[in-house]
Amino acid sequence: MADSIYDVIIIGGGVVGAATARELSRYALSICVIEKEEDVCSGTSKANSAIVHAGFDALPGTQKAKFNVMGNAGMEALSQELSFEFRRNGSLVLCFSDEDMPRLGELYRRGLQNGVPDLRILTGKEARKKEPNLTDDVVAALYAPTGGIVCPFGLTIALAENAADNGVEFRFHTQAREIRKTENGYLVVTDSGDFQTRYVVNAAGVYADVLHNMVSARKLHITPRKGDYILLDKEAGGHVASTIFQLPGKYGKGVLVTPTVHGNLLLGPTATDVADKEDTATTAKELAQVLEKSAVSVKNIPYRLTITSFSGVRAHEDGDDFVIGEAPDAPGFFDAAGIESPGLSSAPAIGAYLAEQIAKRAGAKRNAAFHPQRRGFVKLAEKSPEERALLIRENPLYGVIVCRCMQISEGEIVDAIRRTLGARSLDGIKRRVHQGMGRCQAGFCTPKAMEILSRETGIPMEKICKNRDGSEMLSKMN
Amino acid sequence: MKQCDIVIIGGGPAGLAAAIAAKKAGADDILILERDSMLGGILNQCIHNGFGLHTFKEELTGPEYAARFIDEANALGIPYKLGTMVLSVSRDKELLCINPEEGLFRIAAKAIILAMGCRERPRGALNIPGFRPAGIYSAGTAQRLMNIEGYCVGREVVILGSGDIGLIMARRMTLEGAKVKVVAEIMPYSGGLKRNIVQCLDDYGIPLKLGHTVVGIEGKERLTGVTIAAVDEQRRPIPGTEEHYDCDTLLLSVGLIPENELTRGMGISLSRVTSGPQVDDRLQTDIEGVFACGNVLHVHDLVDHVSEEAALAGESAAVYLQKQKTSVPHKVTINAENGVRYTVPQSLDIDNMKDAVTVRFRVADIYRDRAIVVCYDGTEVMRRKKKIMAPGEMEQVILKKSSFSDFPALKEITVRTEAE
Repeated sequence: MADSIYDVIIIGGGVVGAATARELSRYALSICVIEKEEDVCSGTSKANSAIVHAGFDALPGTQKAKFNVMGNAGMEALSQELSFEFRRNGSLVLCFSDEDMPRLGELYRRGLQNGVPDLRILTGKEARKKEPNLTDDVVAALYAPTGGIVCPFGLTIALAENAADNGVEFRFHTQAREIRKTENGYLVVTDSGDFQTRYVVNAAGVYADVLHNMVSARKLHITPRKGDYILLDKEAGGHVASTIFQLPGKYGKGVLVTPTVHGNLLLGPTATDVADKEDTATTAKELAQVLEKSAVSVKNIPYRLTITSFSGVRAHEDGDDFVIGEAPDAPGFFDAAGIESPGLSSAPAIGAYLAEQIAKRAGAKRNAAFHPQRRGFVKLAEKSPEERALLIRENPLYGVIVCRCMQISEGEIVDAIRRTLGARSLDGIKRRVHQGMGRCQAGFCTPKAMEILSRETGIPMEKICKNRDGSEMLSKMN
Repeated sequence: MKQCDIVIIGGGPAGLAAAIAAKKAGADDILILERDSMLGGILNQCIHNGFGLHTFKEELTGPEYAARFIDEANALGIPYKLGTMVLSVSRDKELLCINPEEGLFRIAAKAIILAMGCRERPRGALNIPGFRPAGIYSAGTAQRLMNIEGYCVGREVVILGSGDIGLIMARRMTLEGAKVKVVAEIMPYSGGLKRNIVQCLDDYGIPLKLGHTVVGIEGKERLTGVTIAAVDEQRRPIPGTEEHYDCDTLLLSVGLIPENELTRGMGISLSRVTSGPQVDDRLQTDIEGVFACGNVLHVHDLVDHVSEEAALAGESAAVYLQKQKTSVPHKVTINAENGVRYTVPQSLDIDNMKDAVTVRFRVADIYRDRAIVVCYDGTEVMRRKKKIMAPGEMEQVILKKSSFSDFPALKEITVRTEAE
C-alpha cells in the first residue's frame, strides 16, 4: 500500500534531479524529489570542478556532446533567471609538445563539429600573453571563449528552490530501496515510506545503475571515479583568469587550474576508480599528483595559500556516455545515468529534455502558475556601502558579521535557513551563503552558526549536524 | 563623519593595554572597536590559570587577567563599541565599520592601533588526506564551545600539533572526562611552552609523539579514527610506522596566523616570517600614525608580553599625536641572522627612541649551549649564554639608548645565535 501517489518521482536531489524537477514544474503534474541526504546538492554535485565546459571534449554525436553544448548556451540566461553565480571566463587546453599538436587540432575540429562557437588555436606565445603565469613548456593552446565557471551549489540549490516554489515536493532522508513495476507505473519503496508513481526519473548519481537494474534487463554499470581537489585562498584567485586544461599526453590525464566564481583558485581533479560509491577520502598520493600536474601548466602557484582539499566521486558508466531517456524495456522509467563530466554543464539541458519527454507521455498541461524566477541571496559583501547601510536599517541582522573571512552576516545565514528548502545542517548553510568557506575554514564562525541553526530550526545543539545524520558536531554532556 | 584621535581595532588584551597606556600618556579621544559581544578577546575562553605571573606576580585565569584591564579601562572612562567589525581601513586612516545598531559607518582617526589578534591554522592548510567528517576542530574552536558555550565536543580525542592551546585543551578535555589518547607533533620539538607540556600532558600521562603527524582521517559522518605516522627529516611520513587510533575528535593546534586582512588592505608592509606588519621601535608600521601590537604583530607565548608590548604601542600613539614633526629620523635596521628567525621591531630610530627598547625574537630550532649575540655594524656589543633555546619560547634582548653613543653612524643591528 503506497503512502503517497505522484505523477513523477525523481530519485536524487543533485543538479540533474533538481533541473528535471524545475523543468517538470512547468507542467501540471504532482512531482516529488526523494533524496537520501538532509539537503539537495549532497553528492557529486557538491564536489566537482565547477566548470561549464565549452563542449569540444566529447565525441560528436554523443549525448555528452549534445547536452554539453546546449547546457552551455543556456547557462547565462538561466543564471539570470534563477540568480546564481556564473561567469564566462574562457578556457584554454594546453599542448606541451609538437608531437601532440595533431591531437590539439583534433580537439578543435571536434569542437567545430559539436557546434562550439569561436574556438581558436593560439601559439604558446599568444597563450602566455593571455595568461602570463602559463609555463614556458606550453607550445600551443585551444582557446574556447564560451567556457565558464559556475557555483555548483548555487546552480543546484537555485533549480531546487525554484522547483519547490512551483509546487514540487522534496523528501529528504529518503532513500530508494526497491522499485517495483505496478499496473499504473512504479512503486518506489524507501526507508521512510512507499510511494506510487506513474513515472520515475532516475537521477541517483553513482547509484543510478543500482536503481536502473531493478527495473531493466539492459544492465548499466557505473564505476565510482574519485577525484581529489585542492582549493587555494582568494589571495591566489587571480593567478589565472581562464580555466586551464591540459591536453592528455605524456603527463597522463591532466588536471585543471581555474579560478572559481567565489574568487578562489581550484586545482584538480585526479581520476581513480574506487570500489565504494561514497569513497570521498583524499589520499596523500593523489593530492601530490594535483600539485605536481598543476605545476606543469601554471608556474608559481602559491600552494602555501591552500585552504582545503576535498574529493568528489563521479559516475562513470561503462558505455562512456550519458544514458538519458526512457529505458527501452521499462516504460515510464527515465534514466539520467552516467552523469560524469560534463554533467554540471549539461544538467539544465538534460532536465529540459527529460521534462519534455515525460510531459509528452503524460499528456500534461502547462502549469499556469509557473514562475521562472527565484529570489537570489543578498550577498552583503558585494554591495556598496550605501546599499549595505540601507539593508542593515531594514534588518539589523545584516549588521552582525558572523563569518569574518567571507564577511557573511547573521541576516544572510537566517535567510539560508528560513527560505524555501532552507538549510538544516552546517554544510547546508555553507553551500547557500558561503559562511565558513574562507581562509579560516569556519574555525571562528562554527559555534555561532550552530547557535543560529539551532535557534531558527529548534534542532537542539547536540543534534546539530555537519551534514547527514550521524555527523553531529557535539557529544552529550557527562 | 565621526572623528577620533586614536582608534584601537580589537578589545582583547593588546587593545585594552594599548588604550590604557595611551590614556595615561595624555591621549583623550580614544575608541576601542571590538567585534565580539564583550571585551577581553581570547582570554575569555582561557579559563585555566597561569596568566599574569610577570605582570601581577600572581596566577590568574584568563578572564581574571582580562578583568583587571577591563576594570582599569572603565575606570579611565575609555569608550568602546562592542559587536562592531571593521571592514576596511584606508591609508589616510578612515575606518569603515559595521554593527547592527549604527549600520555601516565611517570614523576618521588621527592614529590607529592594530590589535586584531590571530587565528588558528585550519586542517585544509595542512592537506591531511582522508574523509571530512564532523569532529575535527581547531583547538581554539573546541575551547570556545566548551568554555564559553558549555558543550562537550567529544569523548575520545587525538590532538595534532603541540601548540599551547592544544596542550591546554588536552588537560581540559581530560578533566571533562574525555580520553586524550595522544598528541602528535610533526616537528622534532614542541611548539608550546615547556611548562604546558609538564602540566597538561605529563601530569595526566598523555603521550607526546614528536616527529609524528596524522596521515589518515576515517569516518564519513562523525570521525571514527585517525592514523598517525612518524616523519623523516623532510617531514614526510615514513611508510611502515603507521599507528591507528580510534577517536571521535581530532583537535588541531598547528599554528597561529596573525590576522592581517585589514593591514594588508591598507598596503602596510608585512614580514614574511611573522605574517605581521614591519614595525620600528615605537611599534609604528610603515604608515605614520598606525601602530601594531599583540598577536596581530607576531604570535606571543605569554599575555604578559602582549600587555607590555601593547602599552608601548598605546604610548607611542599618544606621543605621535602630541609631537610636531621631528627631524629626519636616524633609522637603523635590525637583522635576524644565524638561527634567529625574526625580530620585532625590525627597525629602530636611534634619535627618538626611548631609553631602552625590547627586541623580541624566536629561534629556528632547539639550541643547547648557544649564545645570543648582538652586533652594531659588525661589532659585538652583547653576548648572553643560554643553556637551551626553543622555537616555542620567545626570547628577547634589551637595547639601551646609551649603548649607541659610540656608534653615531650606525646602519644596522644584528641579532644572531652562536655556538659556545
